[in-house]
Amino acid sequence: MLERRNPQLNRHDELVHLLSIEGLPRGVLHHILDTAGTFLSVNEREVKKVPLLRGKSVFNLFFENSTRTRTTFEIAAKRLSADVINLDIARSSTAKGESLLDTIANLSAMHADMFVVRHSESGAPYLIAQHCAPHVHVVNAGDGRHAHPTQGLLDMYTIRHYKRDFTNLVVAVVGDIVHSRVARSDIHALTTLGVPEIRAVGPKTLVPGDLADMGVRVCHDLADGIRDADVVIMLRLQNERMSGAMLPSAAEYFKTYGLTAEKLARAKPDAIVMHPGPINRGVEIDSAVADGRQSVILPQVTFGIAVRMAVMSIIAGNNP
Amino acid sequence: MTALHLDAEALYAELAAGVRGLLRPDGTSALVGIWRGGAWLAERLQRDLGLPGEHGSISSTLHRDDYAKRGLAASVDATRLPFEVEGRHIVLVDDVLHTGRTIRAVLNELYDFGRPASVTLVVLVDRGGRELPICATVSAARVTLPPGQRLRLARDAQGRFSFEIR
Repeated sequence: MLERRNPQLNRHDELVHLLSIEGLPRGVLHHILDTAGTFLSVNEREVKKVPLLRGKSVFNLFFENSTRTRTTFEIAAKRLSADVINLDIARSSTAKGESLLDTIANLSAMHADMFVVRHSESGAPYLIAQHCAPHVHVVNAGDGRHAHPTQGLLDMYTIRHYKRDFTNLVVAVVGDIVHSRVARSDIHALTTLGVPEIRAVGPKTLVPGDLADMGVRVCHDLADGIRDADVVIMLRLQNERMSGAMLPSAAEYFKTYGLTAEKLARAKPDAIVMHPGPINRGVEIDSAVADGRQSVILPQVTFGIAVRMAVMSIIAGNNP
Repeated sequence: MTALHLDAEALYAELAAGVRGLLRPDGTSALVGIWRGGAWLAERLQRDLGLPGEHGSISSTLHRDDYAKRGLAASVDATRLPFEVEGRHIVLVDDVLHTGRTIRAVLNELYDFGRPASVTLVVLVDRGGRELPICATVSAARVTLPPGQRLRLARDAQGRFSFEIR
């Protein structure tokens, strides 16, 4: 039987697209994190720009709106000297009925070198990677409920920055796990990097039952779920979940699953609190925690730029 | 092929004497070693020449001209310049000078931190084979090696230098 290759890797096992953390070897993840460390210092220089992507065109294709993620990709690409073209597809060609692959064919004819893709359908970036010209690289900036690999990687960078080593950690992921591509990417990355205890914490309606198969411990009680944790990753509760009858109300959710200082005291004293943003104060997290001494939410944003620079410069340097 | 013998410690002593003569008496000089061998040399020169403060180290990774061909190297070398580059007389230190492409790359890197007053290049060995108009002010030895041969500095646990020739 033919072994099916990971579509993100070339025949030398080098990264040519970043579509998902699932299936990437530990060495590739560490290479990205190490490289991000180098780029972090670039962002503190007099000249915050390096010429690695000079002459390359990066197209940000956001089929689903996300100003913040798009901006961090734009900053990252510009600091690598690429030309960046932002396409707000949600409001353009697809609205006129053009198919995804026709859009890609047209943009390729404009000599794109890299597509950064955000799409509400899981798998859209894979489809693009399969159908674009061989020299074009694709980065998944979030697809449906499937994956958000650069967010997963920046979370890993943050954890490594504060905790140094993955192999002795207890990490709790709290909130709406079932709809969260961030949670999925984090869990794959944490597993690959050797974290011994991963917990998924949230109400039964928002935590998939099959997580145990991935080696994740499921908890429906917050205090229990974060007890002695080194890292607490809070997820954003999307408002539409309320109307979908999965939850009674925001106030009710906060009472049971909102992270307050009192509940955080159950975690290790030096535990860090993370959140992919934008935060809902008073829904999944209390302001006192979001702005507190254990919060690393803003450093996550800073690290995110360095991690996206690392991903783009690594894939652009590898040939198909 | 005849065996090439290079006594790295003897050459280092010669390099140190050369660098001493280049340093400005007003303290505006700064040593910057090119990662990896050059940074070792700069570290030891800083100490042996009794210079205050720390030496700098610089990496060519982000400005290399073979990025499109070879991709981004899997290394953790990073530029560290613990002083103002603006207005400094930079003494750039490397173990081996070959094509000159690394020097071109680190000059670009250096300028991302400011505008130095001057840059002088000093190397342990100039092996010829230049592909760019770059030359060293001090080179402790000049040898001619075939293009495919690798020559680089090694440092043992005691901090003593030797050359790896492969």
